Amino acid sequence: MVDTKEKVSELQSILTQECGAAIKESTVELGDLVVRVAPEQIFEVLKKCKESKSLGFNLLADITAVDWLDSQPERFEVVYQLLSLSKLWRLTVKVSLSEGKPELASAAPLWNGANFLEREVFDMFGITFLGHPDLRRILLYPEFVGHPLRKDYPVQGKQPRIPLRAPEVENTARRMLRPDLVTIRPKPRSSNDKEQSAAK
Amino acid sequence: MTDKKLLEVDFGVGGITTDMRPRPLGDDLHSDTMVVNLGPAHPATHGTVRIVAEMSGEKIVDADVEVGYLHRGFEKMSETVDYNQVMPYTDRLNYVSPAINNFGWCLTIEKLLGIEVPKRAQYIRVLLSEISRVADHLTCLGASAMELGAFTVMLYMMEAREDLWDLIEDVTGARLTVSYGRVGGVKDDLTADFGPKMAEAFKKVRTHLVNCDRLLTRNRIFIDRMCDIAVLTAEEAMSYSLTGPMLRGSGVNYDVRKAFPYSSYEDFDFEVPLGSKGDNYDRFLVRFAEMEQSLRICEQAIARIPDGAIAVSDPHVVLAPKDEVYNSIDGMINHFELVMYGVKPPKGSVYHAVEGANGELGFYVVSDGTGKPYRAHVRSPSFIHMGSMKKMLLGANISDLVPTFGMINMIGGECDR
Repeated sequence: MVDTKEKVSELQSILTQECGAAIKESTVELGDLVVRVAPEQIFEVLKKCKESKSLGFNLLADITAVDWLDSQPERFEVVYQLLSLSKLWRLTVKVSLSEGKPELASAAPLWNGANFLEREVFDMFGITFLGHPDLRRILLYPEFVGHPLRKDYPVQGKQPRIPLRAPEVENTARRMLRPDLVTIRPKPRSSNDKEQSAAK
Repeated sequence: MTDKKLLEVDFGVGGITTDMRPRPLGDDLHSDTMVVNLGPAHPATHGTVRIVAEMSGEKIVDADVEVGYLHRGFEKMSETVDYNQVMPYTDRLNYVSPAINNFGWCLTIEKLLGIEVPKRAQYIRVLLSEISRVADHLTCLGASAMELGAFTVMLYMMEAREDLWDLIEDVTGARLTVSYGRVGGVKDDLTADFGPKMAEAFKKVRTHLVNCDRLLTRNRIFIDRMCDIAVLTAEEAMSYSLTGPMLRGSGVNYDVRKAFPYSSYEDFDFEVPLGSKGDNYDRFLVRFAEMEQSLRICEQAIARIPDGAIAVSDPHVVLAPKDEVYNSIDGMINHFELVMYGVKPPKGSVYHAVEGANGELGFYVVSDGTGKPYRAHVRSPSFIHMGSMKKMLLGANISDLVPTFGMINMIGGECDR
């Protein structure tokens, strides 16, 4: 088994070499390397992490967020877990976001797996990922108001039942029917009716 | 108006008249796409998920995978209870292999606390994790086989799973929602006759596995339905953050038990089966081979399991023995504190992953120094695997949808949390 401490310090030195000033802070927490990056530079750092041969972070394990409310200067913190399958090391990247502008560049152009993960963070925290191909709610429904994993969302929060989504049903049905091919008309019942229809 | 009337054909039965005006060639060919909705409640989607597929003939040209029908707010609920009270919630993540979720959560909190559980507890964790893994794979493969018409295989596999669940029931007292993990150890020791019982159960399981292998692996129908379907290359699999049998099916050698060993997995001799093509058949083969490896790990663990405590002896983490609680003031205070306020890890955040039955099951926990987690997040493999479903479905036939979904092995509780 490789000494994990040695590995972490090796990763730390390569990371500072590759990303340099973009890394604001790098600490070892409970044996894992945690780095802080400014929100403007997150995409460049993630891209470096992925494309650099010496870092080799080819798998984006997880994206999540933490709502600090007032206990930290910046309210939100987005946390990326990167994993390198060639080097077998992990890296935690943290980005702080202010409450006024919870926006961040999307990692979806780098890893397809970021698609669902970022949608979940958007759904639960209301953090917008710029450049995301399809940013909609994922676990909750579109009519849901608010973001439940924010600390100011009540645990027992209840929302009204939503009506049946009529437009979508209509849309699906419309595409399946071909009204111009088959027309259904009532058959004339009696001769009297026939005359009437002829008169018309 | 007049010539239209001439062309009207009256069938005279239901009063249906067909407009037979000549139209440009090809206009009445059904060339526009059709939307097919599958789920959220469908017998073939064992789990509540909705797939809206746009079809051109039998080919899927676009698909939207909707998850979240089983969302219970695991992460929000976890913030309101103490660390040990989260255990029953983790049972309900992947409810086919709940022991692995329990231990994943325990290991994360233990990493935060900086403690390591005694060797015996680690071995017990390994034993139950591996038994759960086999049960999970049996469920996945059995259900998928049934959907492809092999009902006998499903029955054999359920019978094998029953033997394994009996073992789990002996130790934990429950079959499905075991709540067996504890921060700092496990709930109870193994029963005295666990070893012989396990050997007997494994014998039966192996017989069933041999039968299922004969029924399925070289079955023409099964191969035709599984081979070369939903192919993901190694690069694609990594890009979609796949882990577990899905990633290994694409030939990428990554198993958390080997790469980042926890709970003494480095003590055991086992192999990581890999696929070559990355299609559904490879995922099936990987799961099938993994079951044998898990049984092997269990046999090694039971042969080498050391004696000793099943939990750490720290009264701030694990309840002290009753003798101490009733006869000393320290013991009483510790007991009271632990029951009222729970385990209190130091401030900090931690990510820890274990190898769940479906892939890397990770927990990200933020502690603010109190007895309740400030934030608890679970990286659920099923959820992430569902993200690759669209990619796998595009260009496939509608009949390929069900086996592909089966091989993802989406567990609703884990996917939607």
